[in-house]
Amino acid sequence: MTKHFFGDTTVLLGRSLRHITRSVDTIITTAITPIAMMLMFVYVFGGAIRTGSDSYVNYMLPGILLITVASGVAYTALRLLMDMKSGIFERFQSMPIARSSVLWAHVLTSLVANVISLVVVVGVALLVGFRSGAGVLAWLGVAGILIVFTLALTWIAVIPGLTAKSVDGAGAFSYPLIFLPFLSSAFVPTDTMPGPLRAFAEHQPVTSIVNTIRDLFTQQPVGTDIWIALAWCAGILIVAYVFADISYRRRIS
Amino acid sequence: MGLTLTLRQPSMLAVMSIPPTTNQVQGPAIHVQGLEKSYKELRVLRGVDFEVARGSIFALLGSNGAGKTTVVKILSTLLKADAGTARVNGFDVATQAEDVRESISLTGQFAAVDEILSGRENLVLVARLRHLKNPGKIADDLLARFSLTDAAGRKVSTYSGGMRRRLDIAMSLVGNPPVIFLDEPTAGLDPQGRIEVWQAVKELAGQGTTVLLTTQYLDEAEQLADRIAILHQGRIIVNGTLTELKQLLPPAKVEYVEKQPTLEDVFLAVVGDDGNDRSVGTEA
Repeated sequence: MTKHFFGDTTVLLGRSLRHITRSVDTIITTAITPIAMMLMFVYVFGGAIRTGSDSYVNYMLPGILLITVASGVAYTALRLLMDMKSGIFERFQSMPIARSSVLWAHVLTSLVANVISLVVVVGVALLVGFRSGAGVLAWLGVAGILIVFTLALTWIAVIPGLTAKSVDGAGAFSYPLIFLPFLSSAFVPTDTMPGPLRAFAEHQPVTSIVNTIRDLFTQQPVGTDIWIALAWCAGILIVAYVFADISYRRRIS
Repeated sequence: MGLTLTLRQPSMLAVMSIPPTTNQVQGPAIHVQGLEKSYKELRVLRGVDFEVARGSIFALLGSNGAGKTTVVKILSTLLKADAGTARVNGFDVATQAEDVRESISLTGQFAAVDEILSGRENLVLVARLRHLKNPGKIADDLLARFSLTDAAGRKVSTYSGGMRRRLDIAMSLVGNPPVIFLDEPTAGLDPQGRIEVWQAVKELAGQGTTVLLTTQYLDEAEQLADRIAILHQGRIIVNGTLTELKQLLPPAKVEYVEKQPTLEDVFLAVVGDDGNDRSVGTEA
C-alpha cells in the first residue's frame, strides 16, 4: 500500500491540522511560556547580564526559539497519545492505508505547529527590540536549522506518544529539553560557569545550535559550529527515529 | 422485542450477486484454526478454532479478559498470533495483511471517532482513506441512514453515547467491506443506545455483510447472533446456534412465575421511547 503513502499522509495531515486550527490555544500556550521567559530575561535579568553583545534580546533569542520548539513538541506527544487512547489509531491501522502515514502526519503537523509558534515568538521579539541585519540566505539558514531541530525533537516526542500510559507521562519528556538551554550558551556566555558545568555546557547540542543561529543573525562567520549543530540534530533525529520505529513496531505486533 | 433468529441464506445469495469489493468470495468469511497468543507469561488464547459463514452474525461471548479483543485484534491485523492460522475473506491475516485490511472494518471497544471533527468530517476522512470516489456523497448517505443528518456539522464531542456509536458503526460501513468486527459494540451505552446499535447491526447483516461481534451481554448475543461461541480460558468451549446451545441443558421445565416488568421495560415505558423514532433504517 506504499503507493498511497503521500495521499494518505496528506489526508491525515489535513485532519491533524484541523485539530490545530480548532484548538488555537495549544499554539498560544506553546508560544506564551517562551515569550514570558524572553520578557523576563530582557527586562528583569538582562540589564545585569554581561554578554559582550550590545542588545541582550539579540543575544538570547536563539535560546528562546529552541525552548519554543521543546515545549511545542510536548503537544505532538499529547496528540499522538490521544489517538492511541481513543482507539482511532487502531481504526487507521486496520484500514487499507499506508500504515506509516499515521505517524508521518503527526510529525508534519508538529512541524507546521512549531513553525507558527516560532513566527509568533520572533514577532514578539521584534516588538521588544530584536534586530538583525541578516540577509535572506542567513534567515533561510536559521529556518533550516530550526526545522531540522524540530524534526529531531518531534521524533523524540513520538516515543512517549506511542508508549506513555497517561497524559502527564507523555508530556514529562519535554521538561529536560526545555531546561537544557539554561545549561548552555543560550542566556549567558559559558566562560563564567564553573569547570565541569562549563565543559558540559560547551559540549551539549544546544550550545552549537544556539551559537550557529546567533552568528547567522549577527552576520558573523558560523565556523565549524554549524556542522557540529547539524551533526547533533541529524544524530538525534536518526536515533530518535529508530527508537520511535521500534516502539511503533512493538505497538502493532 | 422478541427473538429474531432469522435465516440468512437468502441474503447470502444476495451478496453473491453483488460485485464484491475483493475477489475472494469462496469459503467461510472467517476461518480460525489453532490460534494462540500469550502476553509474556499470560496465555490468553490456547488454541481457538471457529468459522463464520458469509452474511451471518457470529457472537463471541466471554467474560472480561477471556481474550475476545485479542481474537478481534489478530483478525484485524493489529496483533500477530503466536501460533495457528486465521483467514478473513479468504486472505491469511499474517501473510496477506493488506488484502485483509481491504476486506474488513473494525469498530473497537471505545467509539473510535475523532472528537474534534464533525460527524460528516469523520465519515469523509474514512472515505478518503479508503480511496473512494465522492467521499462527500458517501458521508451524506450514511448520515441519513444512521439518522445523524441533523448533527452532521456538529463536533462529535457534543454527541451522546448512542450517537457516537452509530457514527462509529457508520464509519465502519464506508466502502461496504464484506466483513465487520464489532468489539463490544454496546459497552457503556444506555438502553436506548443499545437498541439503536442492535438495529444497526441487524440491518447490516440483512444486507449480506458478515459480522463478528464480541460481547459479554448474553441477551445481546441472543438478540443478534446466528451462531454463538463461548470463549473461556483461551478456548472456544461451545459453538452453535441459540437453539443448539439451549439443548445442552436439561429440557425446560414448566414453572408458573408472576411476570414482573424488568427495570428496562419500566425505563423505556416511562421515558416513552422504544428507540423507534431514532431508529436506524430506511423506514423513516
